[in-house]
Amino acid sequence: MSNHMRVEFAAKSENESFARVTVAAFIAQLDPTVEEMTEIKTVVSEAVTNAIIHGYEQNEEGIVLVECFIENQEISLTIQDFGNGIANVEEAIQPMYTSKPELERSGMGFTIMENFMDQFEIESIPHQGTTVKLRKKFLKNQSAYN
Amino acid sequence: MSLTYEFEQKENVLLVRLTGELDHHEAEQLKNDWQLYLREGVKHVVVNLENLHFMDSSGLGVFLGRYKEVKELNGEMVICAINYDVNRLFELSGLFKIIDTEDSEDAALARLGVAL
Repeated sequence: MSNHMRVEFAAKSENESFARVTVAAFIAQLDPTVEEMTEIKTVVSEAVTNAIIHGYEQNEEGIVLVECFIENQEISLTIQDFGNGIANVEEAIQPMYTSKPELERSGMGFTIMENFMDQFEIESIPHQGTTVKLRKKFLKNQSAYN
Repeated sequence: MSLTYEFEQKENVLLVRLTGELDHHEAEQLKNDWQLYLREGVKHVVVNLENLHFMDSSGLGVFLGRYKEVKELNGEMVICAINYDVNRLFELSGLFKIIDTEDSEDAALARLGVAL
């Protein structure tokens, strides 16, 4: 099976739930487990939140792009912004690191993405934006009904 | 699905019950409302997550922030009735090393000495 979707939306925090629910609805065709579904919703939420808070510093005129490809049982997910970019990616992905402690950020976003997905990659250029690429293979549903 | 919550004070314990989904969008308002209840007469906090169906790292930030405030009051924070998915996030974050958990609200309240 092969499929593809792409959605763009304003960098408003209201759209964090829109983004994760949209991706979850799209990958439902893979018949994921509840746990897999939660993992995908969580990583989308993390990446979109980063785009809004860090990429655009809550400037709602920014645009966030979410793209998802399905190839057999594997999805590749891209979350892109055209904002500030990350000057030091190595530092940003450290557990508990946050550039905005005043906003009560836990600094766990990238750690969660790394843990919940099979592959995790960041491309970031200062003043041009950040692209997070995530891949995950879904277990074939073992259900006796298949 | 958005987030709803209720606060209740039992003796010197503030009880917070969360329902729905906790993300960055919901975190700011929750923090502001929660801080209003961390007032005189409150020492400890019990957070009931029985009906919290989704949480991301923004939620961890809110709990960590309130934990620090409760510590300043020389109080304790106990989180209870955590579901499987939310529990994974707590495990990953290492927050369980500092925050106590219980299976139920009653157990959490009892731990803090509230007469049931």
